[in-house]
Amino acid sequence: MAEKILQIRNLRVTFETPFGQVFAVRGVDLDVEEGELLGVVGESGSGKSVTFLAAIGLLSSRARVTGSVVLQGEELIGKTPQQMRSVRGRLMAMIFQDPLSALNPVHRVGKQIVEMLQSHQNLTNKQAITRAVELLDLVGIPQPEQRSNQYPHEFSGGMRQRVVIAIAIANNPKLLIADEPTTALDVTVQAQILEVIKRVQQQFGTAVVLITHDLGVIARVADRVDVMYAGRNVEQGLVDNLYDHPSHPYTRGLLSSIPQAGKDRLTPIRGFPPNMMSPPSGCAFRTRCEFAEPSCEVDIPELKVFNDLQTACLRAHQLPSFRG
Amino acid sequence: MGDELLNVVNLVKNFQIRRTRNSGSKKRTVQAVTNVSFSINKGQTLGLVGESGSGKTTVGRCILRLIEPTSGQVEFDGQDLGSMKFEELRATRRKMQIVFQDPFASLDPKMTVGSSIAEPLIVQGVPGDHNDKVFELLELVGLSVDHASRFPHEFSGGQRQRIGIARALALNPALIILDEPVSALDVSIQAGILNLFEDLQKKLGISYLFIAHDLSVVRHVADRIAVMYLGKIVEIGDKDSVFDHPTHPYTKALLSAVPVTDPKVERSRSRVTLEGEVPSPMNPPSGCRFRTRCWKAQDICAQQEPVLELRATGQMSACHFPES
Repeated sequence: MAEKILQIRNLRVTFETPFGQVFAVRGVDLDVEEGELLGVVGESGSGKSVTFLAAIGLLSSRARVTGSVVLQGEELIGKTPQQMRSVRGRLMAMIFQDPLSALNPVHRVGKQIVEMLQSHQNLTNKQAITRAVELLDLVGIPQPEQRSNQYPHEFSGGMRQRVVIAIAIANNPKLLIADEPTTALDVTVQAQILEVIKRVQQQFGTAVVLITHDLGVIARVADRVDVMYAGRNVEQGLVDNLYDHPSHPYTRGLLSSIPQAGKDRLTPIRGFPPNMMSPPSGCAFRTRCEFAEPSCEVDIPELKVFNDLQTACLRAHQLPSFRG
Repeated sequence: MGDELLNVVNLVKNFQIRRTRNSGSKKRTVQAVTNVSFSINKGQTLGLVGESGSGKTTVGRCILRLIEPTSGQVEFDGQDLGSMKFEELRATRRKMQIVFQDPFASLDPKMTVGSSIAEPLIVQGVPGDHNDKVFELLELVGLSVDHASRFPHEFSGGQRQRIGIARALALNPALIILDEPVSALDVSIQAGILNLFEDLQKKLGISYLFIAHDLSVVRHVADRIAVMYLGKIVEIGDKDSVFDHPTHPYTKALLSAVPVTDPKVERSRSRVTLEGEVPSPMNPPSGCRFRTRCWKAQDICAQQEPVLELRATGQMSACHFPES
């Protein structure tokens, strides 16, 4: 098995709010292997973004984070903000949905890449500028030399996301976390950006975590997938296995909800996601699950090997086989 | 055709842009919709797809005269809406309703759900106490009678969208314009709303103009599809013809860009990735508007604008070099 770049164990994130505590992440276990593209899928509020914001140390001080996040053998939870600053951008980097807010509007994009390079490497201005232009070229920006002298507002949405990717990979990090990087983009542009991300993974061996709500995007680019619901992982496995024979009722529900050619009637998941201030006891999905039984209210199911997947469901072995 | 409900002929909408410091004295025009024609039969659904800026929402609003079209005709049930006086238009609008994308913005937070649903009845001067009608509508959209006295903030996104649909149904419309009605919803919730549209159409014989950027959703609900690019329809026809045998290169690229939720299919698909992004509608390319991104473009595409022509597979498309 490939070496693990990132190991998350029993990660919990709780936010204090005026209305009470929000249990956003409730014991996530997850590994990212060297050079793989891991898709993390879940609906709004499932904790998929918060998990990785916690891992990279970008949550506000209002969040209480416990558990363990080990990046290349180094424990990150408990590091000072200063120490985290040296990790971010060098060992791992993160990109977001809205590329415009990730860029500084008053600096030329070339300068923003140079800044990232020089904060982690000893480069002269000239070396850094050359490298910045190379990076812009690499992410598919035409005429990179001229473009490096332009401001973010002169770029389109797709081009801005490419600039953000260039900044993120500037120091050749081991791990790139992409949080809904194509959600704000049109499909034809989304296809381009996914190709750039895939190229970064393949060309540099960068491990990528792609957070998305779109199971189609994951089917296109991911090697492995992790499904999250109500702050926990409910199923993990290789994409082929997970799409072919999902075992967790939530994964099955998601796949049955998606319109596809030849599908006559959709099967929605009944009810709606729980309020994370008071998530249901035991398995959080039981309130919407057609297979729930009294025992599901008691223990929180852990991920267990089931066939060729890891599934957190007490009844996984009793469920009927899945038909699309 | 005898059972035609809506007929749109050569619809044009140009927006004048105010002069800014940069544009000098030149007045600029955004050509949002250019010569769009289509019709919708009774009880049918036309899916209108396109990327941001393609003009699909503007078409929907011009039909209702929520914005005044620059030119062109909109005939509803044989009557020309453009020549109507306000009172007459308002009476006709009973039969045409719209549901918007954002279920949070389209309901008045200070009105109970019941009074929001009853409001169209009051506006149109329907006599009597509307309670029974409101209860009937709530049940029709899968909510319960006791929801009438609650406020919008007590509902989830999917439930709010159902409230918006109940309100649109209040006056027994013949046509509902659905403008990205499920884009803001998670997939597990989206499936329930799509099923609801289907059931309502079967029960009440309503026609839909379904505007969306998500092609798999449109394929699921529509009978016919119109594909827009930069303000023009580039391809229109039966759903299966358009999806299975796209003849316009843009349609082909768009379909190829949409990820399918099956990793095996994704790996084996041949893909057309478009270069660049949609040009500005202030200055659209001459001739065929798609030519700047088209891999088949020749000189003639810049000189002569292609018109919609009937293809062997049954649909119309506007291209000098159609796919076969």
